[in-house]
Amino acid sequence: MLKYISKRLLMLIPVLIGVSIITFSLIHLIPGDPARSMLGEKATEAQLESLRQELGLNDPYIVQYGRFVGDILQGDLGQSIQSKESIGYELLHKLPATMELTLFAMLLAVTIGILAGVIAAVKQYSWFDNISMTGALFGVSLPIFWLGLMMIWFFSVKLNILPPSGRLTPGTEINTITNFYLLDSLLTGNFRAFKDAFLHLIMPGIALGTIPMAIIARMTRSSMLEVMKQDYIRTADAKGLKTRLIIFRHALKNAFLPVLTVIGLQFGLLLGGAVLTETIFSWPGIGRYVYLAVLGRDYPVVQSTILVVATIFVLVNLLTDLLYKYFDPRIRYE
Amino acid sequence: MQNDSSLLEVRNLHTHFFTKSGVVKAVDGVDFSVKPGETLGIVGESGSGKSITALSILGLIPSPPGRIVDGEVLFKGDNLLKKSPKEMRSIRGKEIAMVFQDPMTSLNPVLTVEKQMVETILTHEKLTRKQAFARALELLDLVGIPDAKNRIHNYPHEFSGGMRQRVMIAIALSCNPSLLIADEPTTALDVTIQAQILELFKKMQKELDMAIVMITHDLGVVAEVCDRVMVMYAGKPAEYTETTKLFDNGKHPYTLGLMHSIPKITEKRQKLEAITGMPPDLRSLPIGCSFAPRCKYAMESCLESDPLLKNVADGHAVRCFLHDDAFSKEESFNETIIGSEKS
Repeated sequence: MLKYISKRLLMLIPVLIGVSIITFSLIHLIPGDPARSMLGEKATEAQLESLRQELGLNDPYIVQYGRFVGDILQGDLGQSIQSKESIGYELLHKLPATMELTLFAMLLAVTIGILAGVIAAVKQYSWFDNISMTGALFGVSLPIFWLGLMMIWFFSVKLNILPPSGRLTPGTEINTITNFYLLDSLLTGNFRAFKDAFLHLIMPGIALGTIPMAIIARMTRSSMLEVMKQDYIRTADAKGLKTRLIIFRHALKNAFLPVLTVIGLQFGLLLGGAVLTETIFSWPGIGRYVYLAVLGRDYPVVQSTILVVATIFVLVNLLTDLLYKYFDPRIRYE
Repeated sequence: MQNDSSLLEVRNLHTHFFTKSGVVKAVDGVDFSVKPGETLGIVGESGSGKSITALSILGLIPSPPGRIVDGEVLFKGDNLLKKSPKEMRSIRGKEIAMVFQDPMTSLNPVLTVEKQMVETILTHEKLTRKQAFARALELLDLVGIPDAKNRIHNYPHEFSGGMRQRVMIAIALSCNPSLLIADEPTTALDVTIQAQILELFKKMQKELDMAIVMITHDLGVVAEVCDRVMVMYAGKPAEYTETTKLFDNGKHPYTLGLMHSIPKITEKRQKLEAITGMPPDLRSLPIGCSFAPRCKYAMESCLESDPLLKNVADGHAVRCFLHDDAFSKEESFNETIIGSEKS
């Protein structure tokens, strides 16, 4: 087990090298100039040139890449060209925002998705099955930006019951400890802030969770249908067990593996920052951070953040693989 | 052959499957009874309806597409087909237990043996978890699992096939059922293990005084453990009698065919006499006797109408015109055809 984990962690190295080369190449291949985007249209050529010199942008690509990797190896994620802030420090604020949103969205997606999938499978071809699976089909096909805008229009503009953007209403005080606002407000007993932070989570959470929810529901249904045909389900029935026990203990535990794979992948994807959702709802997370960095050609921010995101993605997948063992004791790690 | 002292009495059972390509008459008129403490064998080829008969008794027919369209299943005098799903759940596993063919797939791979045993006991008995655990241990000991104390925490894949079947049997016995239905319990096992498992069935039956319905395609198993036997063909009983009578004086051509297709170690090596042809398509059975197309002795009447199960002697019923005085004088035409094929 330990050997397996260390092997998987070692495999991070080639992955990160690959990711760093690709992001470095991509960001340098797209046209645009960080100096120009910082200094604006009116800057003179001399000003631009001196800034480029200062930022090291005139060095050969290989030297720039080497400098980037060298910094990373020393644990330095670099400095944002635009804000001059340390990227590591900024991520400390952006990452919890994204994580909080992701956890909330996945909580919605997993509970509703699995429940809908199980009911749809047990009552195959019933009205619930038909409606929920048609709904799931809509869910995977809905453009998030459209769903987000519609929700803002309806819940914020028309009904005015949910805040349209951000993590907190301006003016709400909160003492940050972990930068997870729900957690922080609870820890400090600040229930007004808790309620405010929660209300801000609802719409982006739904927007972000819809696609995973739909995928999880469909996956759970098909996996459950497969398992319900197995001999051991008939055995459980022949033992006279209650239906609920058969479905949730005997069937769902077996049907959960493929669903777990999907949950792990989706979780990793969402943690990487949901660019669309975070942009629409002005959520100060990683997705929006990278999006703004790309627009401003903030090379270090793009490179370092994507590297961090890739690491998280690999770690989440490793965690998923380790969780398999809990659901299927036959799995061995070598 | 039916009497009031029966534990289980199946009357005129019809279980059909309504599929897109037609109605499959998997069980089409089966009558039999089981007395307390006795062992009844149900023998037949794959698709003869023996497993469906068993599942019908327990109300485990997958529905749709399956449905019991006619008949009665009287258990201790109560018709099980009239019971609510909840009532059936309290009978399954408690009064009537079942052991399935393949122990590799019949146990849940992701739950420990302990969990699968204890949940059964707790479902039916008013015991604490601790008492149920003790009972489970006792049962594993009883069915001969060595080192049960440690093994109870294992998962099914950590057991061999024979041991898994022992676990299945332990689960089936956990609430002292008065009837055990065993559906080909030894088919998936090695020959040496088969003998051990059959021994176990006999021992358990003696100790717990329960009746067994043993479903098998193996006449050897029948000879080993069964008191009485019903031979099934195409969803109907072909012959129904005591085991000794069947082996000494089997009447139905299908029974004889089955016996001739068993290799015998005492005789000189010869080509085995297999029953020619294939079991019929249950969606479109022939008008007459469903065995007639494969029967060496088939007569005109066999193609025209279906014989009924008739007593030929005390406690010996056969469903064949050959043993019906009204028809037995007729000449078989198949014999000449088969004869001409040979020449």
